[in-house]
Amino acid sequence: MSTLLIIEQVLNGLQFGVMLFLMAAGLTLIFGVMGLINLAHGSLYMIGAFAAAAVAGLTGSFVLALIAAMAAAAIAGVLVEMLIIRRLYATDHLDQVLATFALILIFSEGTRWLFGSFPLFLNIPDYFSGPVTLPGGIQYPLYRLVLICVGLLVAGALGLFITRTRVGIQIRAGKNDREMIAALGVDISKLYTLIFALGAALAGLAGALVGAIQSVQVGMGEPVLILAFVVIVIGGIGSIKGALIGALLVGLTDTLGGIFLPELFKLFMAPSAAQSSGSALASMAIYILMGVVLIWRPTGLFGARI
Amino acid sequence: MIRERHLNALVLLLLFAVPLWAFFNDAPFTITLATRAVIFALAAVGLNIALGLGGLVSFGHAVFFGIGGYSMGILAHHAQTYTPLMEAPFLIEGTKSMPVIWLVAMVTSAFAALLIGLLSLRTAGVYFIMITLAFGQMFYFFSISWAAYGGEDGLSVYVRNGFPGVNTLVPINFFAICFVILCLVVLLNTLIAKSPFGLALSAARQVPQRVQTVGLDPTRLKLVAFVISGVITGLAGALFADLNRFVSPTMFSWQMSGEIMIFIILGGVARLCGPIIGAVTFVMLEHFLGGLSEYWHIYLGVLLLIIVLFARGGLVGLITGREVAHD
Repeated sequence: MSTLLIIEQVLNGLQFGVMLFLMAAGLTLIFGVMGLINLAHGSLYMIGAFAAAAVAGLTGSFVLALIAAMAAAAIAGVLVEMLIIRRLYATDHLDQVLATFALILIFSEGTRWLFGSFPLFLNIPDYFSGPVTLPGGIQYPLYRLVLICVGLLVAGALGLFITRTRVGIQIRAGKNDREMIAALGVDISKLYTLIFALGAALAGLAGALVGAIQSVQVGMGEPVLILAFVVIVIGGIGSIKGALIGALLVGLTDTLGGIFLPELFKLFMAPSAAQSSGSALASMAIYILMGVVLIWRPTGLFGARI
Repeated sequence: MIRERHLNALVLLLLFAVPLWAFFNDAPFTITLATRAVIFALAAVGLNIALGLGGLVSFGHAVFFGIGGYSMGILAHHAQTYTPLMEAPFLIEGTKSMPVIWLVAMVTSAFAALLIGLLSLRTAGVYFIMITLAFGQMFYFFSISWAAYGGEDGLSVYVRNGFPGVNTLVPINFFAICFVILCLVVLLNTLIAKSPFGLALSAARQVPQRVQTVGLDPTRLKLVAFVISGVITGLAGALFADLNRFVSPTMFSWQMSGEIMIFIILGGVARLCGPIIGAVTFVMLEHFLGGLSEYWHIYLGVLLLIIVLFARGGLVGLITGREVAHD
């Protein structure tokens, strides 16, 4: 167990965390501002990945693929918002769960119908492939480093957008009091569509970026969706800062737990037993983290107090 | 428009008549399908006590479904391999007897529900949905890594467990057992809804402050409802495992929790027979649409969407033409 390994795993955790943040940011805005539980957010992630894989296959350009991913996810998001989701804002969470679950079924089977059941592959572009040597002599894949940078850049830009721009102010106002901001002349339904498109585009971007290091397949969105929900609940619903901190916490807990808990257990257990119970605890770790946070602070780390 | 009471009677009658018809016409698969629907209905009736009466949207009821399943799986596994479950401090043997398995499943589910309820009820609303989901995921990952009982592969049981005086290997007999349990639980549900406890629980869902003012503890009422609800879903889990003679971590998955919830929303929240109608409809759709097309999930999705958007109050609301406010 060397320092090099620890640093490498911390970087892996960060990379996983910032990608979760891209998913969680849209989810927390949609959840916080519109009060909507959107289970179909994972489908937008999947749509982004498939659009990227298809465009990269046709043109060979990774940048075009990313643009296509964001555009396809945003378009799907806007369509879904205008046709279906819009009718659900006034209903309770139960109806939203059922309707967005139905959307998952439609999107997943629709994608399977279009692209088939076999996973697609999206290659890392040449200029980002290969390892890079970090100070201290650590070899680390360049692409993962790029992912961390992109994630942090998006987080910074989103933070500025929410706190500094006029639309950002309207979004925050909409979160606090939607009747009041509608009365002040803001077109609330246009604002909602915009937030939905923004969240969808971020999910699509995450899907495309992660799709290059994993395979692109139907059903890839749901595990990430559950983790993104864990993230926004830990961070406090509606808070971008909470989403970022929650995402990094979850990413690091998941990655480091998977490596270090079995090692830790080996100190006082037989190796094979330590391996199995360590990895059992590791996969439960983020949910234990979430449970502890909620019991300690019932509305998350940065959520509004009841 | 049909009265809800008549609809309830009609549903239970049909649910019994169809397998009976299948028995006389030698269609065992229909009986299995009906048994599946009855067991899902039982799980959903259980959840409906927490969700409909108590307003507790639990996204983690698969925990109890899975605990029931694994109670059956573990006990029967030890019985069929002739290994004791535990030797010290006292000897516990596996068993193939349904009543014992049910008891174990219900007691274990009760303890789990008590613990999860105590912790989760500190939160409310969306956070409650998410913390119950988190507990579900904990159990799911735990069952995957529990190598002693099959891990990811699950546990198979070769012969269905026995019930004193009934040959459970005959499909119609096993169906009858499940159906009787469902009827008893529906009766229990009616009694609870009308009892002082049920009324207080409904009040605690609507205006917790008022309930507190008259000297009742809303959290304790909800906790009791959550435990009762978990116990029933646990029992359903044990029956489901017996139907398939197989348990796997899938019973703990969040999709399972979601499905149980969907049965209720599909049929109608807080309706006596809502969960039953929902579960039966879902199983039928799964079967018939699955036969129509490989991509049947699309049709299921579209159908669910139409029901959410145009049939507020679920199928029961659609048929009886009357909405019951649910919050």
